[in-house]
Amino acid sequence: MKYRFPAAVGLAFLSFLGLIFVMQTFERPPVSSVQQGFRGTGMVQVANPRLAAMLRDVNQAPPALEAASADGDRASTIYENVPLLGHLSIEQFGRLMQAMTEWVSPEAGCNGCHVEGNFAAENVYQKQVSRRMIQMVQRINTQWTDHVEAVGVTCYTCHRGQPVPAAHWAAMPEHGARGMAASADRQNLGLPSVGLASLPHDPYSVYLADGADIRVVTRTALPSGNRQSIQSTEATYGLMMHLSQALGVNCTFCHNSRSFASWEESNPHRQTAWYGIRMLRDINADYIAPLRDILPPERRGPMGDALQANCATCHRGLSEPLYGAPMLRDYPELAPAAAAPR
Amino acid sequence: MLLRARRPEYLNLFTRVQVRGPAYEGVFIGADAAFRGRRHGFSYLLGKIGDAQVGPIYLGYLGVLSIVCGFVAFEIIGLNMLASVDWNFIEFIRRLPWLALEPPSPAYGLRFPPMREGGWWLVAGFFLTASILLWWARIYRRARQLGMGTHVAWGFAAAIWLYLVLGFIRPLMMGSWSEAVPFGIFPHLDWTAAFSIRYGNLFYNPFHALSIVFLYGSTLLFAMHGATILAVSRFGSEREVEQTIDRGTAAERAGIFWRWTMGFCATFESLHRWAWWFAALTPITGGIGILLTGTVVDNWYLWAVERGYAPDYPQVFPNVTDPSLATGGVR
Repeated sequence: MKYRFPAAVGLAFLSFLGLIFVMQTFERPPVSSVQQGFRGTGMVQVANPRLAAMLRDVNQAPPALEAASADGDRASTIYENVPLLGHLSIEQFGRLMQAMTEWVSPEAGCNGCHVEGNFAAENVYQKQVSRRMIQMVQRINTQWTDHVEAVGVTCYTCHRGQPVPAAHWAAMPEHGARGMAASADRQNLGLPSVGLASLPHDPYSVYLADGADIRVVTRTALPSGNRQSIQSTEATYGLMMHLSQALGVNCTFCHNSRSFASWEESNPHRQTAWYGIRMLRDINADYIAPLRDILPPERRGPMGDALQANCATCHRGLSEPLYGAPMLRDYPELAPAAAAPR
Repeated sequence: MLLRARRPEYLNLFTRVQVRGPAYEGVFIGADAAFRGRRHGFSYLLGKIGDAQVGPIYLGYLGVLSIVCGFVAFEIIGLNMLASVDWNFIEFIRRLPWLALEPPSPAYGLRFPPMREGGWWLVAGFFLTASILLWWARIYRRARQLGMGTHVAWGFAAAIWLYLVLGFIRPLMMGSWSEAVPFGIFPHLDWTAAFSIRYGNLFYNPFHALSIVFLYGSTLLFAMHGATILAVSRFGSEREVEQTIDRGTAAERAGIFWRWTMGFCATFESLHRWAWWFAALTPITGGIGILLTGTVVDNWYLWAVERGYAPDYPQVFPNVTDPSLATGGVR
């Protein structure tokens, strides 16, 4: 008798494969959506409460330390080499040092930055980096309020108890063969930096360090001399994928996707993001990139540059880092009234 | 099987009956018969979805040249993809959907760039285009020799029009090969999204809209036609010639069905004209839309709103302005 393969078995096998594909590719419901623009324009934010709960656990601000008195002798009267914070009271100074230790170096403690027994010693690179980073935080909190508003930032916003913030970027070595053959140095590797798309995968050095023009769309209906290419549009798209991933939002958090360029139809978040991109250019160029000269090789990227900041460094999957916990309110030393020196 | 016993033969969605006679070599084509292969056979599985006889195939000079050119293009694209992952075959397989051969950067305009910076793209494009045009000539001549009309060739030409607009005509008009499409699976999709964004949202391009009408219209017509013919296969709908002239046939019932349900019906003949035109107009109108983009219109959204073609929605958030225009602020 001729053997006939039972169709039901084949169908069941194909269904099984399909089920695996669906489970690997799609997100399990529920998905909630919130309207954020004019009705019918698709301006909604989608969220999955189950995934949101996972984010909540890793994005909690630590409780503030007990407030310190501003009275008494200045810190500079008993400590040497305190040019930045010497004007604080001894109690305030000690409290800030304790907080910074918990935020940045909870394992190594004071020795993360200081020589044991000689707090004034300057020959520890971490101490010099910390001083520059305090200046950076002060600059962000005073000069970039268009982005951070009154919530501000502290060391913890990026560091989260680690000496090096988990989310950072560095220049990457080139991929691919040399010689006559084409390379994928610029794009088409499906890297996580651009949400696994084929878009140019280094939006950071182009837009967050060099300050290339992000805008590509023509402001007039008919041609008027705009020579922005499709390739530069792909690069902009890559940067936007990074923003979207870092903040855990979709395009319509900022844009009305019917016209990405139109400010009139945009959500106010787009302005905040615009300042955020300029803030990153400022701090990467003036504060973080120059640290390469004092950082040891193991703290630098594969091409020898400092590990720099992008949106994910603070945001970590949330549109408001740490759910907008106002940590700066408890540490006003990090936002001095006078403009911070650069 | 119980299922088969209950279900009549005509309620099928795939071919249940395979009639197998002696193999048929095709009509007499004189001296050209030398170009037609001799090998042919029968396939049970192919018989499930079509005619069980496979071959003989007529390759000819045009077919051979087309396949050679297509193979050259395929190899150039594939080897460049392999090179871009440092000749690592496992990486090549893993990243294949993302890999691409990219056109030159805008800096080169219409000049011939170094091979690794888009030169290979131009060479691959040349061979792929040659392959497609040779294949077109081949199907035109095969149809002619069989005494057929050349409808298939002109339908294919409609698709070639869109292909040439995207990769050749529009880049020429824009003065830059960088405007063309990369060869790659995801990369050409990302290119499509970027193309739409750069030119202010292609959905506001009326020719894009027309193309979608014909595309979706084609699927609708195809579904209606396929369903109708299957539904009257119990009356022998596959025998078209007798059907169209006799009464009470599958053809008449199918026509009555559509006149009952929507008051109008195509005929066995005109239905295929509908299908041909809808299919051909999809790439024809699409190609016109692409050709106008960047050459005549640079921002389709603004074009549509300024001409009242698209609605201008009220501004929900009143104070959103371009921060780069703020006086004294950062740039």
